[in-house]
Amino acid sequence: MPLLLATATLPDTITFAIAAVICVVGALGVVLSTHPVHSALMLVMTLFGVAVLFVEENAQFLAVVQVIVYAGAIVVLFLFVIMLLGIDRTEAIAADPLKGQRAVALLLGLLVLAEVILLARGHWPAGAHSTAGTLNQGTTPNVNILGTSVFTTFLLPFELTSALLVIAVVGAVVLARRPRRLGEGAPELVIVDPEDDDPVAAGAGGPDEAAGPEAGGEDEGAVGYREGSRS
Amino acid sequence: MLQAAFLIPLLPFLGFLVLVASGRRLGNPRAGWLATIMVLGSFIASLVVFVGLLGRSAGARSYTQTWYTWFSADRLHVTASLLIVPLSMTMALFVTGVSTLIHLYSIGYMEHDEGFPKFFLYLNLFVSSMLVLVLAGNFLFTFLGWEGVGVCSYFLIAFWFDRPAAASAGKKAMIFNRIGDAGFLLAMFLIFERTGSLQYLTVFSRLGQVGTTSLTAIALLLFLGAAGKSAQLPLYPWLADAMEGPTPVSALIHAATMVTAGVYLMCRISPILHLAPDAAHVVAIVGAATAFVGATIACAQNDIKKILAYSTISQLGYMFLAAGVGAYVAAIFLMLTHAFYKALLFLGAGSVIHAMNDDQDTKRFGALERLMPVTAVTFLVAWLSIGGVPPFSGFWSKGDVLMNAYAESPVLYAVAALTAILTAYYLGRCYLLTFRGQQRWVEARQSGDATHGEHGPLHPHDPGWVMRVPLVVLAVASVLGGLINLPFHSLEFLLRWLDPVVGGQLRTLHYSAGTQWAFAIGDAVLAALGVSIAVGFWREKSEQPALEPTFLRRAWFIDASYDRGIARPSTELAQVTSDDVETKVIDGAVNGLAGAFAAAGRRLRRVQTGYVRNYALGLMGGLVVLLAYVVVRATS
Amino acid sequence: MTVGAAWYLTLAAVIFSIGAVGLLVRRNVLVMFMCVELMLNAANLTFVTFARELDDVGGQVAVFFVLVVAAAEVVVGLGVIVAIFRRRVGATADDIHVLKG
Repeated sequence: MPLLLATATLPDTITFAIAAVICVVGALGVVLSTHPVHSALMLVMTLFGVAVLFVEENAQFLAVVQVIVYAGAIVVLFLFVIMLLGIDRTEAIAADPLKGQRAVALLLGLLVLAEVILLARGHWPAGAHSTAGTLNQGTTPNVNILGTSVFTTFLLPFELTSALLVIAVVGAVVLARRPRRLGEGAPELVIVDPEDDDPVAAGAGGPDEAAGPEAGGEDEGAVGYREGSRS
Repeated sequence: MLQAAFLIPLLPFLGFLVLVASGRRLGNPRAGWLATIMVLGSFIASLVVFVGLLGRSAGARSYTQTWYTWFSADRLHVTASLLIVPLSMTMALFVTGVSTLIHLYSIGYMEHDEGFPKFFLYLNLFVSSMLVLVLAGNFLFTFLGWEGVGVCSYFLIAFWFDRPAAASAGKKAMIFNRIGDAGFLLAMFLIFERTGSLQYLTVFSRLGQVGTTSLTAIALLLFLGAAGKSAQLPLYPWLADAMEGPTPVSALIHAATMVTAGVYLMCRISPILHLAPDAAHVVAIVGAATAFVGATIACAQNDIKKILAYSTISQLGYMFLAAGVGAYVAAIFLMLTHAFYKALLFLGAGSVIHAMNDDQDTKRFGALERLMPVTAVTFLVAWLSIGGVPPFSGFWSKGDVLMNAYAESPVLYAVAALTAILTAYYLGRCYLLTFRGQQRWVEARQSGDATHGEHGPLHPHDPGWVMRVPLVVLAVASVLGGLINLPFHSLEFLLRWLDPVVGGQLRTLHYSAGTQWAFAIGDAVLAALGVSIAVGFWREKSEQPALEPTFLRRAWFIDASYDRGIARPSTELAQVTSDDVETKVIDGAVNGLAGAFAAAGRRLRRVQTGYVRNYALGLMGGLVVLLAYVVVRATS
Repeated sequence: MTVGAAWYLTLAAVIFSIGAVGLLVRRNVLVMFMCVELMLNAANLTFVTFARELDDVGGQVAVFFVLVVAAAEVVVGLGVIVAIFRRRVGATADDIHVLKG
C-alpha cells in the first residue's frame, strides 16, 4: 500500500505533531501519576489528543463520539468511583512488591514497541479487502457513510451491542447494590483471604459497621458469597 | 480285549474325579475303598489287555490306541495315544498291582488322619498319571504323565503341609524334578527337530537318519530327565527328604512306581541308547556310582525310612547300570522284584512306625520280633530278597545285572559287587536293630526320653488285616518273583516277553554254563558275606560308632554342599534383589519418576502466584512472541 | 492530505506500550483500568488509520463498536471493583491473590 507521505501538507503535520505530543504526555501521565485523580485527568488529555487525530483522519463522527462518550462519560465514571471508594490515597510507587515485575514489564514493553514499529515501517501481510464499503464517497458526510454502514451491513452487531449495553446496566446495578441490614440481604461479595484472620478491614464503609473478626478465613475460597450480613 | 486299554488309566482318573467332588462326603473309610476298587479295576483291565497281548504272536505284539488328536501345528502332530507293547504292559501290571495293595494298606494306615479322602484322591491321580506315563505312545504324552506324577509326588510328600519340613521337602522334590524335566523337554525338541515326529514307533524307525552326536545328546538329555525322576547322582537329595510324606506314599511313589519311571524311560529309548554308546556308558557309570554312594550312606542312617530311601537310590543305580550296559531285561527284572520287596520293606516300616507311635528312630526300636511276628517275618523275607540270598527273587534279578556289568567292565562289576555286600549288610543292620536285640524303647520311656508322638504306654503289635494282607502278598511275590525270569533256558519268560521291544538292543552274553554258575555262586557268596557281617556286628549291640561315621551319616555332605554352593547363594541373591534391587532400583525408579513429576509440578506451580499483574505479564510475553512471528513473516 | 499512516501507527504503538507497561506496573486498580483504556484507544487509532489507508468504512465501524463495548466494560468493571473494594480501603490489585497455587 503506498504511503501518502509525499502528499502531507504543513498544517497537517503540525497538527499531528502537537496532538501526538499531547497523547504521549497524557499516556505517560496516566502511568506515572501517584494520585489516581491526576491519572484520570491525564487520561482525559490523551483522549482529547486522540480525538484530534481522529478528525485529522477524516473520522469526524468518531472524534465527537470519543469526546462525548469516553472523555465525557467514562472518565467521569472513573472519577465517581474514585470518590466513592475513597481510593484517593497515593500509592507507593517507589518499589514493586512483586520481584522482577517492573524490569520484565519494561523490557516487554520495549519489545512490543519495537516489533510494532518494525511492522509499521515494513511491508505487512494484508488479507483480502473487506467489502464493507468505501470511505471516500465524494461529498457524502462521514456520519452518513458510517450510519448507512452500521444500519445495513452491520445491523446484527449493532443490535447485539445494544443488548449488551442493557445487560451491562443491569449488571452494574446488581453488583453495586448496598448490602442491607441483618436478615435481609443480597449476598455480599467479600474477599476471604486464607491467610488473613480478618477478611474485613476495620473502619470506614459507610453506615454498616465494620464486621469485625468475623469467622476469619474460614471459607477457603476466593471471593465468596456469604449469606446474611455482618453485625 | 486290547480295546480295554483305555480303561487302565481312566479308572483311577475317574476315582480321582469322584473323590474331588464328594470325597469328604464319602469319608473314612468309604473314600479309601472307592479308590482301591478303582485301582483294582485298573489292574483287572491290565490283566485283560495282557491276556489279549499274549494271544497275539510274538511279532505282532504291538497295538496303538489313539484317543484323539491333542494338537496339530504345522509339522508337529501330537495325539493322545497309547502304545500297548510288552514293555508297557509289564509296567502297567506291576504298577496297578502294587498300587492296589498299597491303597488297601493305606485304608488302615491313614485311618486316623483328617485328610483321609484327600490322600486317596491324590493317590488315584498319581496312579492315573503313572499309567499314562507308561502306556503313552509318544514322548509328549509320556511327559504329561511324567509331570503328573511329579505334581502328585509334591502333593503327597507335602501332605502334612503344616509341617515346615514336609512342605519344604515337597518343594525340594519338585525343584530337583524340574531340573530333570528341563532335560526331557530339550530332548523332545531335539527329537522332533531331527526326526520330525514324537511318536515312539515313528521316531525309532527314523533313527538311521540322525547323526551320532545328536543321538548322544538326546540320550544324555533324556537321562538327565530320568536322573531327576529316579534320584540318581547328582539329583538325588530330594528322595531322602521325601520321606516326610506318609509311609504308603514312600512305598508307592518313592519305591515302586514313580522313581522307576526313569528306568522305564531308559528302556523305552533303548534303540537310541543302542546307537549312542557314549551316552550308554555315562548312564552305566552314573548308575554304578549312585548305587555305591547310596549304599554307603544307608549304612549309617538311624531313621528307618531314610535307610530305605537311600536303599532305593542305590537299587535304582543298579537298574541304570543295567540299562547302561544294554541289559534292559535285567533292568526291568530288577525293577519288578525291587518293587515287590521295597514296597514290602516300606509297608513293614510303616507298620513298625504305627506300632511305635510314629517314632522312626531304629535306635529306639528293638526286640519287636515276638510282638509283631507278621511284620517281622515279612521284613525278613524282604531283607533276604534285597540282599540277594538265593532262592529269593533278588538273587536272580541282581545276578543278571552283575553278570551283564561284568561283561561290560570288571570295574563296574567290582563296584556293583561291593554294593551288593553293603546292601545285604545295611538292611541286615536295619532288621536287627528293629526286631532283635533289647527292647530299647522300654528303656527310652523309662528314662523319660520324650519322643514326638508318644501317647501313653507302648504296646507294639501287628496291624489289622487291611495292613497285613498287602505285607503277606508282597512277601510271597518277593519269594516267588524270581520265577519270572530264571536263567534256565525255557524259563526265561521275561526275556522272551520283552524281546519284541528291546530284543534288538540287548547285549548278548556268551557265557558258558559253567561261567554262569560261577557268577551265581559269587552272588550267593556276596550276599552271605553281607548277611554275616550284619549279624556279627548288630545282633547284640545297638551302637557301633566306628561303623557309622559322620561322613556317611551326613550323606557324603553332598546335600550340604548343594545347600552351601547353590541354595545359600541363590537365597542371598534373592535377598539382595529383594532388598536392594527391588526397593532401591526398581521402586526407586518408579518412585523417582513419580517424585520427578511431583517436583516438576511443585516448580511449575510457582507460576501461579495469584497476582493478576503477573498473569498480565505472561500475556504480554505471549504477545511479544506472536508479534515476533508476524514480524518474521512480514520481513521474510 | 495528512501525514503518512506509518506515523499514526507508530504513535498508536507508543500509546499501546505505555498503557501495557502501566497495566503491569501500577497497583491501584483504577489506574490499571485507565491503562486498559489507553490501550483500547491506541487500538482505535490504528483502526481508523487503516480505514483511511485501505479506504474501507469497516475500520471506523469497528471503532464504533469498540467504543460501545468499552463503555459497557467500564460500567461492569467498575461495578465489580465497587463491590469488591467497598470494604477495603487502600486495597490494591496485589491484595487479591487467593488463586495462588
